[in-house]
Amino acid sequence: MTEYHDPSNVVNPEHGEHHIVTPAIYMMVFGTLLLFTALTVVAAYIDLGVFNPIVALGIASFKAVVVILFFMHVKYQSRLVKLTVGAGFFTFLVLITMTLSDYISRAWGLW
Amino acid sequence: MDNAIVATHPHTHETAVHAEHEHVSLPQHRHHFETEDQQREAATFGMWLFLLTEIMFFGGMFFAYLLYRNWYYDAFVVGSNQLSIPLGTANTAILITSGFFMALAVWAAEVKKRGLLVIFLILTTLFGIAFIGVKADEYHEKWEKHHIPGASFDVAEFVNPHAYGLKEQPLAPDMAQKVQIYFFLYFAMTGMHALHMLIGLGLLGWLTWRAYRGEFSAGYVAPIENFGLYWHFVDIVWLFLFPLLYLINRHPLH
Amino acid sequence: MSATSSTIVNLPDQRTARLPKRNYINNEDGLLSWLFTGDHKRIAILYLISITFFFFVGGAFAGLIRLELLTPQPDLVASDTYNKFFSMHGIIMVFLFLVPSVPATLGNFLMPIMLGARDLAFPKVNLLSWYLYWLGGLVILGAMVMGGVDTGWTFTTPLSTHYLNTHVVTAAMGVFILGFSSIFTGLNFIVTIHRMRAPGMTWFRMPLFVWSHYAASILMVLGTPVLAITLVLVALERLVGIGVFDPTKGGDPLLFQHLFWFYSHPAVYIMILPGMGVISEVISTFSRKRVFGYTAVAFSSVAIALFGFFVWAHHMFIMGVSNYSALVFSLLTMLVAVPSAIKIFNWAFTLQKGSITFETPMMYAFGFLGLFTIGGMTGVFLGALGMDIHLTETYFIVAHFHFVMVGGMLMAFLAGIHFWWPKMTGRMYPESLSKLAAVTTFIGFNLTFLPQFILGYLGMPRRYHAYPPEFQVLNVLSTAGATVLGVGYMLPLLYLGWSLKYGAIAGNNPWQATGLEWQIQSPPLTENFVEIPVIDYEAYDYEWLAHKTANEVTTVG
Repeated sequence: MTEYHDPSNVVNPEHGEHHIVTPAIYMMVFGTLLLFTALTVVAAYIDLGVFNPIVALGIASFKAVVVILFFMHVKYQSRLVKLTVGAGFFTFLVLITMTLSDYISRAWGLW
Repeated sequence: MDNAIVATHPHTHETAVHAEHEHVSLPQHRHHFETEDQQREAATFGMWLFLLTEIMFFGGMFFAYLLYRNWYYDAFVVGSNQLSIPLGTANTAILITSGFFMALAVWAAEVKKRGLLVIFLILTTLFGIAFIGVKADEYHEKWEKHHIPGASFDVAEFVNPHAYGLKEQPLAPDMAQKVQIYFFLYFAMTGMHALHMLIGLGLLGWLTWRAYRGEFSAGYVAPIENFGLYWHFVDIVWLFLFPLLYLINRHPLH
Repeated sequence: MSATSSTIVNLPDQRTARLPKRNYINNEDGLLSWLFTGDHKRIAILYLISITFFFFVGGAFAGLIRLELLTPQPDLVASDTYNKFFSMHGIIMVFLFLVPSVPATLGNFLMPIMLGARDLAFPKVNLLSWYLYWLGGLVILGAMVMGGVDTGWTFTTPLSTHYLNTHVVTAAMGVFILGFSSIFTGLNFIVTIHRMRAPGMTWFRMPLFVWSHYAASILMVLGTPVLAITLVLVALERLVGIGVFDPTKGGDPLLFQHLFWFYSHPAVYIMILPGMGVISEVISTFSRKRVFGYTAVAFSSVAIALFGFFVWAHHMFIMGVSNYSALVFSLLTMLVAVPSAIKIFNWAFTLQKGSITFETPMMYAFGFLGLFTIGGMTGVFLGALGMDIHLTETYFIVAHFHFVMVGGMLMAFLAGIHFWWPKMTGRMYPESLSKLAAVTTFIGFNLTFLPQFILGYLGMPRRYHAYPPEFQVLNVLSTAGATVLGVGYMLPLLYLGWSLKYGAIAGNNPWQATGLEWQIQSPPLTENFVEIPVIDYEAYDYEWLAHKTANEVTTVG
């Protein structure tokens, strides 16, 4: 450690106190992921009408969030990392929704 | 591609973010960082930024999928029903397991257990290879049935499913041609995903070798940690691909 | 020499001045020490040489274009060849020159120093970025040598996927590789800015140059991958023929344009933001005054980056997007002009009551202020749907983007090169020749591109090499201007090269500027700082600088 160490350059995430995610947590996450995989397959065979894709994407998103928070440690990371992950998905959503705005409104016809 | 500055080993750009902290002597502290914590955080942040580029990269294809699924829903249903649910589900479980072992590998590095680290990395690799094997089998089946997009794409099964023993609605010929778009997206998205897995498997081999030599069980965990981020990301892409490609409409037909 | 009222240049006594004994240039010898360096300053110089080379290649194509356009008949080259000229001109100038120009040269060189760091976060990734630049550049040159590509730099479908048999895939792969070069540069900058600032260097003490690079880097990291996947899809469409952009197979060619412009609009902000950062530094220094409204300028950089993601379909108004969508994008386009205007106003207020001198960087900066304003305003004209229907795909667009890119960005790049040349090389360039070059480029630029606004308004389409004879006068004016412009750009190549051996020794701070880079030797040490500084003063603090200079002891290097 030099005397010039600037604390703002290290935000003390898990590694500051060296928070180590335990295998127990990983096993719970693992089980959850497998469970929800089975759920999504079962749900695909039930006719939920327009909700089928919503349920499928919802389950997939839930699984992704779980992987991000626990397998990828984001729950225990700095605000910067959390913001970064959010920024990535935000930009992805901008791409999807704004491009979609063109395709959806084409069917509305001229004024 | 080779970056000869790191004279000991080659690496691709995917690894450059975490690999370049390799130093001949321990600790692998680089002179331009004040502390090792700063270096480790910078590496993790850098890897996340790289993963953001991957989100946007796959994002383009996800949009194309969204558009054409809306435009040609019937064709997408028929195409999706050509895929095998048991194989797809099994592959999802395999990949989740591979990710589970990767998370455990990171834990083993953090608690400095070399033996466990190597075992978990090997298990991660094995399940990854299993995934690719199943995928190869699925691709092969599509090849046999002439469902690979291109000049030899065969729509007979979609126009006249009953003749092939399939419980599907028959498609008009022009909608049947749109199944080619479904399969294009299937191969493009799972193919791009598989490419990322192959790159990851290559890196895993290299990291396993270095782990065996004890490079990551003395406190320097950044490469394992950051590769884990990459591997989990590839897993997440599959978690979305599976329902989107395999589970479009599996309701029993009346 | 002391500062007079007409110049702020303050050089050490030339009879006794020497370059510092140890600096990043002579620290290690040999070609390999340069080709395998991790030093951000050396990589910056490598980039500078590289982009200069490609600039002149792209410029040669521009010359050929203007040569053909001297006459209304298509008499110099065949139509396909002409298409290849403007395609190569665009691809090279956008991807091989403008996108990396300021970030990869000045950004790489200066950012760690401005932040008080010893290097960027990932030096090897930085070097990789330069190698990827060359790999992409060679692939594109290869496409050119093999016969060229004639899709325009925009690779529009279905022309690029179905109606051409030129080297589209090769060129697309070259651009794909260049995209990664850009991504890695941006990634490096973001991590460095977040995690490697010196003690006391808070976000709002950073030079505005850093803020603008931060904003541009966000665009590089988030936007470029979409271009990458788009080019992959084009390549697959050509190679396999699956129909993702083919209407006969159910695809939508407009999907390509949505994905392409999702990157390519933010790309124009990637190109201009670093230039705006340079202008902030130059205007402040040559007005001896802190930048007016620091916070506004900093936030407007980030705002440009953010809003820049929401406007891309204004490149597609006539292509078949729905009217409602066009309406939304038009409105957002009006909004995105606001942060840019905020910057112009802030720079103008920086000048007000400042102590202004007209050294070469300041001349280029003034050129920027006027020309970028014109270019930006014509962009707003184009954002209005009614105007765009008539003006799009005409020379009005060509003039618009050349005003912002050349009158804006290239002038800012030259301002930056001249401003930091003494820091990078330890030598001053010859001031009278450089002023001549600046004036020449300004005159040449206006002569080249002002007529093009009129041509576009009168209806001359872009990318055509034949036109109605009544447009010839304006075209001849434009070509004459291009010749003058070419001379103006050759001059810096010559006198900057000359200055490396014969230029005056610059000393640490020939401009008496604020900023950490001016507190260290010229050229800097490899490790930048002997001791990492601790910052307890704001940016652009000229009183702090005056106090420090009065109290410091200068030693000869």
